[in-house]
Amino acid sequence: MTQSENLLRVQAGRFAGSYWKELWRHRELAWFMARRDLLIRYKDTALGVAWALLRPLLTMLVLVVVFHRLAGFSGQGAPYPVLVFAALLPWQLFSSALSEVGNSLLQNSHIVTRVYFPRLVLPLSAMAVAIADFAVTLALLALLMVFYGQLVGWPLLALPVFVALAALTALAAGIWVSALQVRYRDVRFIVPFVVQFGLYLSPVGFSTSVVPEDYRLLYSLNPMVGAIDGFRWCLLGQPFYWPAAALSVIVTAVLLVTGVRYFRSVERSVADLM
Amino acid sequence: MTAAISARGLSKRYFLRHDLDWVSPTLRDVLSAQLRRAVRALAGRPVPASQTASEEFWALREVSFDLAQGARLGVIGRNGAGKSTLLKLLSRITEPSEGTFELRGRAASLLEVGTGFHPELSGRENVFLNGAILGMSREQIARRLDEIVAFAGVERFVDTPLKRYSSGMYVRLAFSVAAHLEPDVLILDEVFAVGDADFQKKCLAKMNDLGREGRTLVFVSHNLGAVEQLCTEALLLESGRVTAHSRDVAGVVHAYLGNEGKDKIAEWRNSVAEFRDYWFIPQRFALTDENGTVVQRAVRWDEAVFVEIEGDIPDHDPMLCVGYAVHAETGELLYWSEHTDGPMAEWPGLAQGHIALRAEIPRELLNEGSYRISLMAGFGGGDWIVHPGAGGPALALQVHGGFDTSPRWTSRRPGLIAPRARWTRAAGRVAPPRSEAPAPEET
Repeated sequence: MTQSENLLRVQAGRFAGSYWKELWRHRELAWFMARRDLLIRYKDTALGVAWALLRPLLTMLVLVVVFHRLAGFSGQGAPYPVLVFAALLPWQLFSSALSEVGNSLLQNSHIVTRVYFPRLVLPLSAMAVAIADFAVTLALLALLMVFYGQLVGWPLLALPVFVALAALTALAAGIWVSALQVRYRDVRFIVPFVVQFGLYLSPVGFSTSVVPEDYRLLYSLNPMVGAIDGFRWCLLGQPFYWPAAALSVIVTAVLLVTGVRYFRSVERSVADLM
Repeated sequence: MTAAISARGLSKRYFLRHDLDWVSPTLRDVLSAQLRRAVRALAGRPVPASQTASEEFWALREVSFDLAQGARLGVIGRNGAGKSTLLKLLSRITEPSEGTFELRGRAASLLEVGTGFHPELSGRENVFLNGAILGMSREQIARRLDEIVAFAGVERFVDTPLKRYSSGMYVRLAFSVAAHLEPDVLILDEVFAVGDADFQKKCLAKMNDLGREGRTLVFVSHNLGAVEQLCTEALLLESGRVTAHSRDVAGVVHAYLGNEGKDKIAEWRNSVAEFRDYWFIPQRFALTDENGTVVQRAVRWDEAVFVEIEGDIPDHDPMLCVGYAVHAETGELLYWSEHTDGPMAEWPGLAQGHIALRAEIPRELLNEGSYRISLMAGFGGGDWIVHPGAGGPALALQVHGGFDTSPRWTSRRPGLIAPRARWTRAAGRVAPPRSEAPAPEET
């Protein structure tokens, strides 16, 4: 490496060097952080997995009782528990990633105030636990589908696309929250409410077809609608409303771009705020 | 020789806001303020200017210096002179408000040892994690893992969770990772403040090796002895400005000590909101006499002096520990004392909200001279909120006279401390020699 390549120039009011190149150089750090979180989460393997399984199962049970048994919603041709569980998958990926990613900056404040690295490493590596939990839940869904004799068709191949959509939505929202949390200390009380309401505002306990046709597009401003509908299409062959999905993708993209921008503006003074 | 670091007009400004809460404002307050302004504007009423009463505070002002490759710079100065801010700028933890600096080569900064250590993970996992945080590559760590573990002397416990380590093993492992960094430029805070004398010696030797290998070093310390021993040049900061920078390290140290006495403080208040930790916010740290009056004068050896600590606990953590450290003028640590000293039943309980603690500095113990009393707060195991002697608030205590309870000693005694030992007559075990027989010769 030549001398000039190795020269770092820091100037007030400017980003030093190339941020994305630097982020890429820190990929190993991101991996070690993710590994730390995973090791701690699944340290007591039995308990870790049991928790990852129990949470969605119990939530599903409640939702089935409330929406199917009490409110009388139909499964649109699919067994209701499977309908709910197929939606819980992306929803839990979203909600747990939101809380993990959202807390990532503040939780690592003792590291942030002592060592420099591109701070985006933290939200990115915080996705690991949510994704691992997701994988466990996915296996559970497969068992559930076998139990109900639910067959899958070729749309299953598109599932990774919707996993990515749900994960990116969570990451985008999480990045917003993590930066906001550093600036405003009441945000950590707001997030649990958002998650709680989100469960009912998103089509988790019911099918999107319940929403009147005229409001479908408006409803899809909630980016989780696209991801959840996508999951149900891939796994259960339920009708898929493309304009809504496209809108969800756009909303997620906007959230992500603005989120990263806001994060980077906070990042510059993050050690001063902690 | 090319410069490893060259800084031009580096400044760092903080805004101290008086209208908002200490930790950070709430989103609710900000949004409701915005809403009120919007409503006023819609109603056609005049919109009041933003009420943010913020005050500028320059932690660092126009700092310029060049440091040649292989040079070892010691940065000295009083608490609050800007030493830590300079380190944070150079290690890129915060950005300068003005000015630029250039850094040639791979830099690593070490503001504490064991950053990112997690008690649940094994020694091996922690070495990888900590190494990665300090900027080592996975391959580099893997190659040196055996060396790191051997240097720390924890070979047998490499797969044991860190929480089962003794505090000595913990610090040794933490330092060992740091010692095996191979940066071109090493930015180092006073990490030697922890550990026993042997360990500190080992660290100093390791630092000397780094220097011999031609690495550039920036070192901030209160231990002036270590600075003189280790550094090839010294830089003195006063109120955020460079007041001396020279190869004559002893001269700069001398200049610092000469100025030191000018404004010794016996009471510190968190007036510029220096500390805003989530778990503990120190508000006042003072030396007082029996009546609670701040001690602005020299105290007698046998006089009662108290350390008073006041602060806010926004969220109570039962592990929180506050206390003070006493350093001699020359930088040696004399002792630490924490509110958790003694049996648990006698600890003053801490709880959420405002707390005020008081502890007497043991009487008839400190020798005549000047002492630095620094505030400590943390959770143990190297997890500090306020590190004693590394940027935290510090008070000056002057002990003078009072030895006159003994007519034989009226001034400074030899030794670091001058405790009063109680002498009495003992029964004796050796029979007194008979006067005619010569005493057996001693070897």
